[in-house]
Amino acid sequence: MMDQTRAPLYEALERMKSDRLVPFDVPGHKRGRGNPALTAFLGEQCLAVDVNSMKPLDNLCHPSGVIREAEQLAAEAFGAAHAFFMVGGTTSAVQAMLLSTLKSGDEIILPRNVHQSVINALVLCGAVPVYVNPETDRRLGIALGMAMPEVRRTLAAHPAAKAILVNNPTYYGICSNLAEIVQLAHAHGLRVLADEAHGTHFYFGAGLPVSAMAAGADMAAVSMHKSGGSLTQSSLLLCGPAVNEHYVRQVINLTQTTSGSYLLMSSLDISRRNLALQGVQIFEKVKNFAAYARSEINAIGDYYAYGSELVNGDSIYDFDTTKLSVNTLGIGLAGIEVYDLLRDEYNIQIEFGDLGNILAYISVGDKTKNVERLISALAELRRLYKKDNSDMFESEYISPEVVLSPQTAFYAPKRSLPLEESIGEVCTEFVMCYPPGIPVLAPGERITRDIVDYINYAREKGCLLTGPECMDASRLNVLEKGEADG
Amino acid sequence: MDDLWYSEYHTKDVRFSIRVTQQLYAAQSDYQRIAVYDSPEFGRFLTLDGVMMLTERDEFIYHEMMVHVPMAVNPGIRRVLVIGAGDGGVARELGKYPGIEQVDIVEIDEEVVKTCRRFLPGTACGFDDARMHLHFEDGLKFIRHTDSVYDLILVDSTDPSGPGEVLFTKEFYGNCHKALTAQGIMVNQHESPFYQEDAKAMQDAHRRIAGVFPVSEVYQAHIPTYPSGHWLFGFASKGLHPVSDQQPAQWNRLGLATRYYNTALHRGAFYLPTYVKEALAQSE
Repeated sequence: MMDQTRAPLYEALERMKSDRLVPFDVPGHKRGRGNPALTAFLGEQCLAVDVNSMKPLDNLCHPSGVIREAEQLAAEAFGAAHAFFMVGGTTSAVQAMLLSTLKSGDEIILPRNVHQSVINALVLCGAVPVYVNPETDRRLGIALGMAMPEVRRTLAAHPAAKAILVNNPTYYGICSNLAEIVQLAHAHGLRVLADEAHGTHFYFGAGLPVSAMAAGADMAAVSMHKSGGSLTQSSLLLCGPAVNEHYVRQVINLTQTTSGSYLLMSSLDISRRNLALQGVQIFEKVKNFAAYARSEINAIGDYYAYGSELVNGDSIYDFDTTKLSVNTLGIGLAGIEVYDLLRDEYNIQIEFGDLGNILAYISVGDKTKNVERLISALAELRRLYKKDNSDMFESEYISPEVVLSPQTAFYAPKRSLPLEESIGEVCTEFVMCYPPGIPVLAPGERITRDIVDYINYAREKGCLLTGPECMDASRLNVLEKGEADG
Repeated sequence: MDDLWYSEYHTKDVRFSIRVTQQLYAAQSDYQRIAVYDSPEFGRFLTLDGVMMLTERDEFIYHEMMVHVPMAVNPGIRRVLVIGAGDGGVARELGKYPGIEQVDIVEIDEEVVKTCRRFLPGTACGFDDARMHLHFEDGLKFIRHTDSVYDLILVDSTDPSGPGEVLFTKEFYGNCHKALTAQGIMVNQHESPFYQEDAKAMQDAHRRIAGVFPVSEVYQAHIPTYPSGHWLFGFASKGLHPVSDQQPAQWNRLGLATRYYNTALHRGAFYLPTYVKEALAQSE
């Protein structure tokens, strides 16, 4: 057992400050003195530890001192064989997982409702996605977890696949049967990669779904900056015992900055200590907030704030009860419309709204009175804006037709077509509906009528469509004739 | 006598001080820091988080102006909801009306009521009336569960920077609208127009109320111990106008004893200084 009350990186920064080291190195703001406006805005405390790698502070690219110690403490706290501090967001952790597991042409099994960073990583490494058809809850209009029969069927059809990627949980809090997927995948020689961008708390809270490391997964990308409380853009990459950490470090160094931010890294160190010492109590409080809000929102009427009653033993194997996801179709408004109204009319910023749902992020930083405000504002929206919901889009899973690997399509000769004329062509770029940032189209996929209808509806409801070169997604890049299909 | 002073920053550059003879009580509740002092000039006074709530000497002004203005517009008021008001002053004034049947008082912090019962009996006596029903819970939560039941809602809140924050939100005012009957009136503590930060709170509150209620007027009173001494109240309703629908004869027939309020002052209170009118118009 290591001493989880320690925070080696934070302690080293405190030592550096008290030693009054004279800086003749970068950054050029020299503890903030060279940039008074920035120092006034962010604070002297903050600028004083915005420093560069040096012997007493170790080096993120080659950790052998305090960063290594801090990573070892994090690994122990998360039950991993090794942990990497990441400063490029969980996107960089996802990329490192895929790039250290897959080579060009390798197959990876994954659900369609992955984060864009996963498919971006496929463009980088040239691996081919094999999508497991997720079940969709028609009432909620959201993709669920991966059902075991589908996983088995896909494994049998793709015996050469190298890895399987699992969302643990999805943005909406839905978990697949991770432990069984691990057993099955390992029996077939596949590596299991977990996107735990929304699952940091699984490692510390009581009565929450199983974490990737506890389930025996090989690697996990963990957004400490979400439920873990560290600074935005700081993240962890966890590895199980079967993974060669030194190779992973080499892969991380292909794309990671050599000037890792000590603000980000120390926030990881301090947050890990806090979670290791207080995690159970913290997430108990978060669960209670969410449970209270769910019952009050459901009492308003027409809204559906869903919880563990959804659990069906398979495609919804478990539910993360810290999540406050609310279906808004009952009041005749799309989630994105409720999201905008809450901010514009009530000064309440929530995490996201999609076509049918909103997600309000509940954390240890919340106060009872703010939770009351959210509930009351939703009650007011219903009173003031409720309308007939018969024209609401019934979202169905659109099964993608993968024609080419994302990498091949992304780099292939292409031309630009108006959205309406692109039906039937092979798309060479991403289209994401943001939030939640899950691809509508990925490079190498056939564009269909259903997809174009969905894009038009999402835009009409106020979703931000990101990805295409054409920034309002009114045109799409498609494969040059004769380049595709075979 | 020791040279002991209670000081409150009315802005970061303006301080207001009262000589005190002693601090009678100080405790941290779940919501705020509660203190009671005794002073030669203002008698006993209550502070929450270091902000003056009421003094024995001038509390009558605030409480009379909050209660009698709406009661003189609709003397037929039967059911009243009071949010905040843990000192009992509003309850005491409401208790003077024989026609009122029920008053629900929703105060989030039970410790405030306990403290006032112990140290400020002159206002806390208001709770002794059998028509007063105390509820210790969040005002926003309480009101969310009511629909068209109250003729009058009185919002006796702390400043928007403290636990009273939710009582200055659009969702709260919207829920008040829902909780009121068709003739319903809402009166709220509306901050001060003078110092910049208070004036911003005044404008924000006015904008939100005017967005919810068809009638939204503002009236004033002089309260020596509040910042700048110039204090405002909001009068919002679903139709009744505070001046043109005032019922002075009917109110005077009740023969109530008041020290600040009278039916002529009622009308005068709605005549605001030009800079206040401009600031309010700006926020509409």
